[in-house]
Formats: sequence, C-alpha cells, structure tokens
Amino acid sequence: MNKKQKKVLIRIIAAALMMAVLLLLPLEEGSWIRFVLFLIPYFTIGYDILKKAFKGIKNKQVFDENFLMAVATIGAMALGEYTEGVAVMLFYQVGELFQSYAVGKSRRNISQLMDIRPDFANIMVDGQLTQVDPDEVEIGSEIIVQPGEKIPIDGVVIDGTATLDTAALTGESVPRSAKPGDEVISGCINMSGVLTIRTTKEFGESTASKILDLVENASSKKSKPENFISRFARVYTPAVCYSAVALAVLPPVISLIIGVNPNWGQWIYRALTFLVISCPCALVISIPLTFFAGIGGASKEGVLVKGSNYLDMLSKAKIAVMDKTGTLTEGVFKVTKIVPKDISEDELLMYAAMAEVYSNHPISRSLKEAYRKPIDTNDVTDVEEISGHGIRATVLGKTVNAGNEKLMASVGTAFNQANEPGTVIYIAIDGQYKGYILISDQIKATSKAAIENMKRVGVRQTVMLTGDSKSVADIVAKDLGLDSVCSELLPGDKVQKVEELLASKSENEQLIFVGDGINDAPVLSRADIGIAMGALGSDAAIEAADVVLMDDDPMKISKAIGIAKKCMRIVYENIYFAIGVKVLCLILGALGIANMWYAIFADVGVMVIAVLNAIRALRVKNI
Amino acid sequence: MKKTYKIDVDCANCANKMEQAAKETAGVADATVNFMALKMNVEFEDGADVKAVMEEVLKNCKKVEDDCEIFL
Repeated sequence: MNKKQKKVLIRIIAAALMMAVLLLLPLEEGSWIRFVLFLIPYFTIGYDILKKAFKGIKNKQVFDENFLMAVATIGAMALGEYTEGVAVMLFYQVGELFQSYAVGKSRRNISQLMDIRPDFANIMVDGQLTQVDPDEVEIGSEIIVQPGEKIPIDGVVIDGTATLDTAALTGESVPRSAKPGDEVISGCINMSGVLTIRTTKEFGESTASKILDLVENASSKKSKPENFISRFARVYTPAVCYSAVALAVLPPVISLIIGVNPNWGQWIYRALTFLVISCPCALVISIPLTFFAGIGGASKEGVLVKGSNYLDMLSKAKIAVMDKTGTLTEGVFKVTKIVPKDISEDELLMYAAMAEVYSNHPISRSLKEAYRKPIDTNDVTDVEEISGHGIRATVLGKTVNAGNEKLMASVGTAFNQANEPGTVIYIAIDGQYKGYILISDQIKATSKAAIENMKRVGVRQTVMLTGDSKSVADIVAKDLGLDSVCSELLPGDKVQKVEELLASKSENEQLIFVGDGINDAPVLSRADIGIAMGALGSDAAIEAADVVLMDDDPMKISKAIGIAKKCMRIVYENIYFAIGVKVLCLILGALGIANMWYAIFADVGVMVIAVLNAIRALRVKNI
Repeated sequence: MKKTYKIDVDCANCANKMEQAAKETAGVADATVNFMALKMNVEFEDGADVKAVMEEVLKNCKKVEDDCEIFL
C-alpha cells in the first residue's frame, strides 16, 4: 500500500470506530447533539469526496460519482438518517481503496515482469571496469556483462560463454546459451559467465528500448465496450440525477393535488437511495481495468497488444492467414534426410560436408552443421565450384561430386531422381552415385498443435500464404492440416489474397495475419489484425503490426486469441452483472423496497465483485 | 514534436478522462495516457510552446480529475 492508500485506510478505520461508539452511546433520536457528533465521522471519511464534488460543480463537471455521493449523503444527513449517511461514504471509500489497491498490485505484477530496462553498461577504461549510462555507448564499443546483469545493448559476443535468461523478453523459460560469434539482444539476463560484447546498435535502437517503447506507447485506440461505457456514463449519470429529482418531487406533488399526505421525507429518502444505487463506478472502473489487466497479462506471456480494441477484435478472429517461412516453419535450412547407396549415412554426410568445407552457401553451412565434427582442411584439395551445378573436390584422395541433377549428368553416373520438398544434393564418389541428402526448411515442432488450438478458440478458416513452390507448400499444408494454401506468391500477391479473404467474410468476423518479416509489413497493416512474430529485430514488422509476439512460437497465436476471449468474456460479464444488479435495485429503490443498505451493496458490493472479476484477466498463464 | 510525461492517477477511468482533457487542450495535436505505465504521451502542434501548453494540460486535467498529477 502506498502512502495515499494508508491514509485512506486510517480514515476508514477511524470513522468506523467513531460510528460504532456513537451507535452504542444512549443518544436521543433526532437530537442536535447526535447530529453534531455524527458529523465528525462523516467529515473524517467524506471530506475529500465533498471537496471533489464541490470542485466538480465549480469546473462544470457536475455529474460524476463524487457528486452523486455528496448529494446522497448530505440528503441522508438532512433527513436524520445519520448512520446511513456515514455508512454510504464509508463503504464508498472502502470500494475506492480496494480498487486502487487492486490496480497497484496488478501494475506491480506486470511491471516486474516487464522489467527489462537496463540501467548501466560496463566498459573497460584503462583496464578498469567502469559503469556508464548505456545511452553513451557508441556502436562498435566493447561492453562487458557480468553474471546477474542485464545485457544493455544489442551486439555480438566476442569473448566468453554464458547462459541467458530471456523470460522477460519472450516468456520462454528455457535459458539460451551464448558463445563467441552469437548475436545477443538486450534485456536478456546473463545467468553465468562473463561476456564481452561488441555493440551493433545504439541503446535507443536496441531491443529492450524498442519493446519498452512499444509497451509504454501502446496506442490509445479504445475498444467498443470502453467507448460504450464512457458514452453510457455521460448520458446515464445526468439521466439518473433527473430521475431522482423527479422521484423526490413528482409523487408528493401528485399526492398534494389529489389531497393525500405528500410524505416528502419518504420520497426524498427513496430518491437518495436511487442516487447511491445508480453510481456507475462498477462499470467505469472495472471495464478499463479488465483491459488493463488483459493487456498486462498478455505482455507477461510475451504477447504485446497495441491497444484494447485489438483485444476486442482478436476475440472475434475467424480467419487466420499465416505466412509459411519463419512462421509455421523454422525458416532455417537443415539436413532432414540422408539416403545413401552402398555407403553408410555418416560417411555420405562426411564426404558431402568435407567437399563443401570452403563454401559459405547456406546449403553448405547446413551440411557442415549436420556433420558437427571438425574438418581438417588438409584432407580436402582441388576444390572447384561449378556454378549452377555444385561442387567438385578431392576428399581423402577420392573425387567427390556434390550437387544437382545436372552435375550428376555431367559426371555420367546413373542416379535415382528424388521427388522431395526442398533442396536435394546428389553425391557421386569416384564417378559412382552414392546417394542424396535432402535439405529443407523444417516445420516448427509446435505448428501442428498451434493450428489445432486455433480451431479450438474459434478460428473458422486457416490459410497459408507463401512465395515457395507449390510442391513444398502443399506438403506443409497437408502435414499441418490447413484449410487452404496459396503458393508461389509475390509479396504484392499476398496483399491481394488477404483482400480477397477480407471481402469474403462477414462484418463481425475478424481476419488475422501472422507473419515474421519485413516483406510482410504491407499485409500486416492490411489485415484486420496484423500479428508480427518473433519480432525481436524486425523494426518494420513491429511498426506495422497490431499485436507483437516476442518469440516465434506459433502456439502464441491461439494463446493471444484465448487471452482476448477471456478478457472480453469478463468485460461482458461485468457489464451485464453491474447493469443488471443496478436496474433491479433501482426498481426496488423506487418502489421503496430497497433501503440505503441495499443501495450500498448495489454500489460498493457490485464494484468490489466487478474489480475482482476484472483482475482475473491478468491470469492467463494456462490459456 | 512528441514528449512523454510521468503522471499519477488512481483509476483507469480517471486516466481516460485525463486523456480526453489533454486532447482538447489548445496546442496539443494528440495525447495518449498509458495507465499501466503511468505515462502521458503528448504530441504538440507545430510551433506550440511546450511549457505553456503543458501547464494548460495540467490545469484541464485537474478540472476533470482533481486527484491527478503530471510531473512536468
């Protein structure tokens, strides 16, 4: 609790105690002394509300909660209902305190996990480790990160190895390892080992700064329910005030006209009850709080949502359009199959990797990565790159040809044409065909489950767009169980496809597009909701997207939709619950069945329940 | 020009009220209040006197929500 909250708590306790004492004292009903004594707890608990209400009137902001509370309690005091007057104020303050405490707690909860702002960078000055402001570190400087510290600036490791905790950035709890040559991003926590890093970006352009910027500058686009509530409050409060006046004046006046006892006191009391019930706090507080908690909970899970309207829209996602490479597949080429002929798998891979040892082509790199063992370059001689064909080299005294069909044809050996998605490398040793190695982009381990989960959270149609060849795309789409696939698209075609899909859906359905790269920026902004994935690094995608997934796990897509659904469900629960209880109590109040105590429940009780419900939006771990 | 200010306010709805008040202040092109980060981002119109405008923003915010603060 902060200072302000503590002060309110003390006032609440003091006023409650005073009231208890006053109720026990044998004071004569309706006496002046009783009135004066009850004023003490009344002002103790309510002075700030009265002040705010007065200021509101002065500033022409008449109809707010403070005004309602002030009028209701002053009225109750004037009618001699001292206990009710004080109690209304007291419980109103309890509700406000509760609300403020709940907000503070969830804010701390969220900000702790978003605590990725690095405070300093270590640099070497004359052999001494010195802490400097990360803003002052220039690109290309060497910084040193010790165990327990955050990496302040993006860069490349030049010395040392360490394990990095990326949980705050990606929500991923498995630590990553870093060794010389690896790129590291700011905001990760170094858990072991000392790293020397050469910075590749300025502090302001580094990942941690970018993400904080994104979170703190989330656009103020308001969701429909929020707009509804603020419009509602604008019309509702004055309407209620006028109805209360009517309730206080009309029945007695009519009674006077028809010659019955007007009963002024009773009708004014009912009007005041009406005012207390009508206070819209539960709505105006809990709805924005739900979105606040929903967005906060999502960012804790590595899903950054740029505004509450996107939560609203995400909850209605019906068509999911996804890019293939990097979104559903790893986007990295790996050896996925080795088919040897009269030779062992390991040997075939060894010859291929050794022949390609000098090449820096992605294919060669994947071969070497698959082989894993170090290669003695003395064993490889006479390397010849044959453009458009492959490589010829002498490995351990044998002539190795590694390349495509054309190379095999030129060697003149018989080989089996392989029909596989990806790049096939045929290998011939000493003029004899020895098999092939398949290198392809792998489907992410979680992609299939991710598609299933999307269906579970209400996505009607899943579509994959790719620039890749039809054969590869069809196999991936079939493996994953996608509804449709469009292949061999140019970046411009993707926008067109998305527009076709947009035209095919109904107003209430939303189309999401999930992509990872710079190429996707136009599509990201064209879709109803653009989701950028694994966005650490791609600034253009972060800019264009409405929702940013911090890591590249496709499971996060359904998670984001799930979070949005939960959030919206809570929002509607609160709207129906609060309005329902209020309308019921208003009717009972007007009929004289509900007294001031019902009114206090309808106001504070509903607010506390709505706030508790709103806070649930923060708990999204298991969605 | 854009600037960010730290603010203090108690409830999410009060933050919305502040945002509305700031938006309607002369010299402010756009304003957003982030209740989670307790920050206000103000985009000023060209040639606006930032200091004077912000004092006006604070005054307007105080009008709609007495219990708020902008740390200028």
